[in-house]
Amino acid sequence: MDMNVLPRMHPDNLTEADRRLVAAIQHGLPLVSHPYAELGAQCGLSEGEVINRLAALLADGTIKRLGVVVRHRELGYRANAMVVWDIDDAKVSELGHCIGRFDFVTLCYRRPRRLPAWPYNLFCMIHGQDREAVLERVRQIEQHCGLAKVPHEVLFSRRRFKQRGALYAPVQSGMPR
Amino acid sequence: MHRTRHTETLELGTLERQLLNDFQHHLPLTPTPYADIAAKLGTSEEAVLAALHELQGAGAVSRVGAVFRTHRVGASTLAAMAVPPERLEEVAALVSGYDAVNHNYEREHRINLWFVATAADEKQLTQVLDDIEQRSGIAVMALPMLEDFHIDLGFELKWT
Repeated sequence: MDMNVLPRMHPDNLTEADRRLVAAIQHGLPLVSHPYAELGAQCGLSEGEVINRLAALLADGTIKRLGVVVRHRELGYRANAMVVWDIDDAKVSELGHCIGRFDFVTLCYRRPRRLPAWPYNLFCMIHGQDREAVLERVRQIEQHCGLAKVPHEVLFSRRRFKQRGALYAPVQSGMPR
Repeated sequence: MHRTRHTETLELGTLERQLLNDFQHHLPLTPTPYADIAAKLGTSEEAVLAALHELQGAGAVSRVGAVFRTHRVGASTLAAMAVPPERLEEVAALVSGYDAVNHNYEREHRINLWFVATAADEKQLTQVLDDIEQRSGIAVMALPMLEDFHIDLGFELKWT
């Protein structure tokens, strides 16, 4: 298991109270009149403290967004593909930004190659109502960002075995359920 | 684990569509966010809460909550395995059985099982991947995020 390229994380950015808040919010906000107060009751913070900490975590980018998290497939977006490119390391940042700007691209990451099995270093996720819609969007990206000659593959998803929000709480996450 | 829903029958009214499309970010940071959304949409807090309950029950909404930037909190990675087709169900169930695994998909490729694992720190994450490798007897390829090029503004739903 080669994990030596895992980026360093920065746990020091989070206070102890933040950690409790992150653990409490990972399953979502309660659907009640005063959700921040209820969240606070779960992690020993006041309503005001919860609101202030969430605002701070949003401001520093720890939280990308706070809101309704939709499940695309249930809303008629039946096709979803992970599209991967093998891009020259010198150009990957520029092209990554180009791809990440499309509104139908929901993720765009650089990841390590794993040669010889895996030569691709840029990954993005594209959702569409059907396969043809997804492929059309891939063509749009290729044309706009000049990727026509760059090796790539489109990995459509076939079955979803599991999808939910990530759990960050330091529980016994290593153990099978 | 594998949630099959019959959402073809899910009736989306105007309120549901507005909640799905317009509130993927900027949930009000006020004591009563659902009442404030209701005021913006000209409806009642009860109606907003009922619609969100229904959307969640139908599987269209996974939660109202926070999307964290990868690697700011805890450690996570995309991982993939080339599973022989006849073992796919078995190995997928084994992988989904871990609390640390939050997404797990079959994709059309020789490397056919793709999942995201998240843990409190790198040590626990490595343990999970090693454990999966050992129990399945199949190599796990870890593909951690190195750079994020995408700004998450939610996903614009196109109603047809």
